[in-house]
Amino acid sequence: MMKVARPELSFWERTNIPQILKGMWLTIRHIPKRKFTRQYPEEKPPLYGDYRGAPTLVRDPEGRVKCVACQLCEFVCPPKAIRITPGFRDEGRPDADVEKEPQEFEIDMLRCIYCGFCEEVCPEEAIFLQRDFAIAGYSREELKFNKQKLLELGGVREDSIWKWKYKGAPPPDAPAAPAREPRIQALARR
Amino acid sequence: MNVHDILFWVFSIAMLVCGVMVIAHRNPVNSAMSLVLLFAFMAGLFVLLEAFFLATIQVLVYAGAVMVLFLFVIMLLDIRASVLKRLRWLGLVGALLVSGLLVWEIQQVLRQPAVESAVEAKGLALGLSDVVKPLFTQYMLPVQLTALLLLAAMVGVVLLSKRDLQ
Amino acid sequence: MNELLIHLLKIAGVIGVMLGIVAYTVLAERWVCAWMQDRIGPNRVGPFGILQPLADGLKFIFKEDVLPRHVRHKFYFTVAPMITMVPALITVAVVPWGSYLPVLGHNIKGVIADLDVGILFIFAIASLGVYGIVLAGWSSNSKYPFLGGIRSSAQMISYEVCLGLSVVPVFMQAGTLNLWNVVLYQAEHTWLVWCQPLSFVIFMVSAFAETNRTPFDLPEAEQELVGGYHTEYSSMKFAMFFLGEYANMFVASALMATLFFGGWSLPVAPLNAPATTLAVGLAHVGVFLAKTLFFLFVFIWVRWTLPRFRYDQLMTLGWKVFVPLTIVNILVSSVVLAVMENG
Repeated sequence: MMKVARPELSFWERTNIPQILKGMWLTIRHIPKRKFTRQYPEEKPPLYGDYRGAPTLVRDPEGRVKCVACQLCEFVCPPKAIRITPGFRDEGRPDADVEKEPQEFEIDMLRCIYCGFCEEVCPEEAIFLQRDFAIAGYSREELKFNKQKLLELGGVREDSIWKWKYKGAPPPDAPAAPAREPRIQALARR
Repeated sequence: MNVHDILFWVFSIAMLVCGVMVIAHRNPVNSAMSLVLLFAFMAGLFVLLEAFFLATIQVLVYAGAVMVLFLFVIMLLDIRASVLKRLRWLGLVGALLVSGLLVWEIQQVLRQPAVESAVEAKGLALGLSDVVKPLFTQYMLPVQLTALLLLAAMVGVVLLSKRDLQ
Repeated sequence: MNELLIHLLKIAGVIGVMLGIVAYTVLAERWVCAWMQDRIGPNRVGPFGILQPLADGLKFIFKEDVLPRHVRHKFYFTVAPMITMVPALITVAVVPWGSYLPVLGHNIKGVIADLDVGILFIFAIASLGVYGIVLAGWSSNSKYPFLGGIRSSAQMISYEVCLGLSVVPVFMQAGTLNLWNVVLYQAEHTWLVWCQPLSFVIFMVSAFAETNRTPFDLPEAEQELVGGYHTEYSSMKFAMFFLGEYANMFVASALMATLFFGGWSLPVAPLNAPATTLAVGLAHVGVFLAKTLFFLFVFIWVRWTLPRFRYDQLMTLGWKVFVPLTIVNILVSSVVLAVMENG
């Protein structure tokens, strides 16, 4: 056992007056200082690196649904937020050779934990976590996003993965795809 | 009847009602609060006599300090509503005797011809100096003796409550 | 009849201004607190958030008034918030808000009740405020309010002694208990804080204790007593406790300004004597309010700076430091005053 001696206090220290005045001086000096409050709905917080927001479905640069309803994301999803009803692409369509497409693709945003497993597991790079973080609604039903809504949110993804349309190199008249930074580098930059 | 008289009757009747409530209530908190109200009405009577100092002191000392302590003790000890006890003959006789004596005394006082009291001599308006100056000149000795008595009582209480120190 | 009308107008004006200030002190408290913590504070309701008190009031009115089943006594439970609120409103009656207001041939004195026992009246009425807290604590019949009530009554009784004793030298020097005359004395001589600094310090600290403000807010003590005596209250009943606390702060600030800082007077030419024109009269009211608002700011400033005292420290400070100090102060002051008068 060690005994720590209490420090001897001087008379003024025992009256607490200097300490009180010091504290008062400290607080009053903070009044004109710069404020750190972020006025949230108007001022959005900066999102860094690979921020993981709401998962969405994307289309390729030609506007086709990339998802092929393989259901890997549904399988890997830890909170089971994804529900896919697989279906087939119609015979006459130009992308009919892909065969499968989700008839319905539902993500329950109240269940989703934004882990990004779906994005990582997707062999077609069809599902991406966007940067939206404020997802709100008035009912539980409203927050079960269906295929249409997810595609709307996802939009078109400009990248070079067009594997099921063009085997090998893209044709010369295909729109130039922007180079995408490899994920590992993005992580390292953080 | 002017406003003065009406107020006098209001205060007096309210005071009497409160006084009855003090002893009639079985819940000690109700009794204490009735007593506080009684003091307030008494202060009102003093104000009617234009004795503002007395009225203020009445409220300050009795309602503001003494009764708060009473209430404090009632709360701290959590005194429950008392149960009606059977009347004891000895107690009843004693009570009647004392109240009879009191009534007789009051009657004797009231029968006396009205003397010019200190209050009337001053034209009712008792200011601070009218009350305090006699305390420090004419009644110096009683004041000091009372102070000594109170000090002794206080020391006694401290000693009693700290008995186990020895 | 005219006299009565003037009195009613004075009362309405004073109560109106006071309640307005009280409502905005709540907002000021939140603003100052935010600024001291490098935040912005409420700024959503109206421009810069100045309509916040209205929104708060509306919210309190529409909240459900819960009466817990364990409440011991409904009557006292209901009456307690009123008892805390009302004394603060009564005490402003003797506080001098200004010198004179010469309007339409009337020379209106800037005080509602020009009592010769002014300060005693304030102490008497303010001492009744304890009942609200004690009754709230008792009638709630639950442990935190009860502890809050007990603490508060002990604290308020203790510090009433210091409060009363600390101002005695002030009145010995001014030679009157009438607050208006105390201000007049200061206008003619000098602010009493220069003559009685110790009195002022003790009065201020005791006032903090009497109004249950940090560092003496043990009866409320959010962290340990969950709000203390008003734990079980909701809706407008809670709002009355809240307003009562701020109204008490206002009265305490007004008293500090009146007793030690010259009330409506300033040591500059037209402001150092009772007003003879309306403009000077209004300026006096402005000076008084400015001083009062400054002390309200000090109240807030201290709250967001100092941590809470422990219970035994509170009692030690009251009984073992302030009471002896005030008595010494009275003795020294009386000797000095006697020497100055006779020598």
